[in-house]
Amino acid sequence: MMLDGLYQEIILDHYKHPHGRGLRDPFNGEAHHVNPTCGDEITVRVSASDGSFSDISYDGLGCSISQASASVLHELLQGRTASDAASVHEAFVELMQGRGQVEPDEDVLGDGIAFAGVAKFPARVKCALLPWMAFKDAAARAGVDVSSEVSSEVKA
Amino acid sequence: MTFDVARVRADFPILSREVNGHPLVYLDSANTSQKPVQVLDAMRVHNERHNGNVSRSVHTLGTEATSAYEDARGKIAAFIGAATPDEIVFTKNSTEAINLVAHSLGQHLALKPGDEIVISEMEHHSNIVPWQLLCERTGATLRWFGTTEDGRLDLAPLDSLINERTKIVSLVHMSNVLGTINDVSGIIARAHDAGALVMLDCSQSVPHLPVDVQALGADFIAFTGHKMLGPTGIGVLWGRYALLAEMPPFLAGGSMIETVTMGGTTYAAPPARFEAGTPPIAEAVGLGAAVDYLNALGMEAVHQHEQDITAYALKALTDVPGVRLFGPSTPEGRGGTLSFAVDGVHPHDVGQILDALGVEVRVGHHCAKPTCARFGVPAMTRASFYLYTTTDEIDALVQGLDEVKKVFG
Repeated sequence: MMLDGLYQEIILDHYKHPHGRGLRDPFNGEAHHVNPTCGDEITVRVSASDGSFSDISYDGLGCSISQASASVLHELLQGRTASDAASVHEAFVELMQGRGQVEPDEDVLGDGIAFAGVAKFPARVKCALLPWMAFKDAAARAGVDVSSEVSSEVKA
Repeated sequence: MTFDVARVRADFPILSREVNGHPLVYLDSANTSQKPVQVLDAMRVHNERHNGNVSRSVHTLGTEATSAYEDARGKIAAFIGAATPDEIVFTKNSTEAINLVAHSLGQHLALKPGDEIVISEMEHHSNIVPWQLLCERTGATLRWFGTTEDGRLDLAPLDSLINERTKIVSLVHMSNVLGTINDVSGIIARAHDAGALVMLDCSQSVPHLPVDVQALGADFIAFTGHKMLGPTGIGVLWGRYALLAEMPPFLAGGSMIETVTMGGTTYAAPPARFEAGTPPIAEAVGLGAAVDYLNALGMEAVHQHEQDITAYALKALTDVPGVRLFGPSTPEGRGGTLSFAVDGVHPHDVGQILDALGVEVRVGHHCAKPTCARFGVPAMTRASFYLYTTTDEIDALVQGLDEVKKVFG
């Protein structure tokens, strides 16, 4: 079935057994993002000190893609330095905006490579990016810049 | 005569296409309906043979276009039992029709702090936000009926909710999420006793069941063309003529005037007063053809077919383990719009897997977030039926749900 590309085992596994889920203290940056077309919501908190993310916690309501994406984000970015996090963030956004044409690097993206198939479903790209955009804002509020270029098409 | 669904389906070209390698199973008519070849042809012929602007040209094409546009108005007036075609205002959609009333009636009534507007918790956003904005502009207070656990309006507080302060009551006739057909007679009687005017959002009822505005007793109704076999871009406001005649314009421009000087303007009588600018002409012709199509089948027959499909679907979905239905659980007092949850699976994922099997349903909050919140969910999956829906399609939905549970099991 053509959905194999979308619902990879890795994604379903993160959805059913999320890593790092639940909002935790202490934190110094928090952001709540909503996808107004579908109502999916996520809150991301970061605890950033000495240039690295000692904790990234989150809670949300949403589809398997958005929730699994949050779990993968936690796994990839927890404990990383700001510059590491920025490059992973950039690689993930690039993969999602690649319309299925970008070959993901497993060394950088780990389980995130499972989302390569999602990029072929334009209606679902926003689901995958929701926690990453919330994370970026939470980090900014903690004074850490992990911005990567996001085209307005995806951001809207 | 029995309802021949196969013959109906033959009129809808799109129903013979495939989606993702499967025959199309279109279960999203509450979102937008498909269009029969009769509607598509009427619009094509209009544009090929009779295109001109309306109400302003002396030439032959303009005259033909004007007559086609006004014929459509007459057909729609007859379809809902309006006293005269002048009670039919063409708008862009239901949303614009409701905004028109919120603006023009709100201004006419000179709403002020202390006045109240009553809606309900089961409204589409289009019957919530215009009233919230009107309250912001005027200082009036918005109040609302709640929804019972089985998806009906909670009428217990009727007498306190609608009182001498109430100026406007605006309610959905049939819920776009729960499928509930609200019995509005008691509410309308109470509102009129209290001196309030009543608007009904009939977007989901006019396409699916016989609606007669005289019998209904409301003062305004709104509905939209694209949910009743017609095109997008055209909606209808029906209002009692005496009320429309008292109301100030909403949008201003060409066609809605009587005379214009640099010092001031006087306005045309309804419906022209509320139809500023070039209207959706071919769309009106298409909507007229849609009404012809529905009349030929008979709205009683259409409704009966949908009742049969709804009864079948309610039973079929109730039998699927892990499926929770929202709204009335029997076909009585409800239409063919069924929203449900699948245990442990988000509606987006349900919709995605069904789409891979050619089954098109709506997922999300259905522009009715308060309704979803009432039932404690951020989103729902919705299957909605129409005159072309078959029991085979319900079976395909049920099989699709088995696949959903396999993927997420």
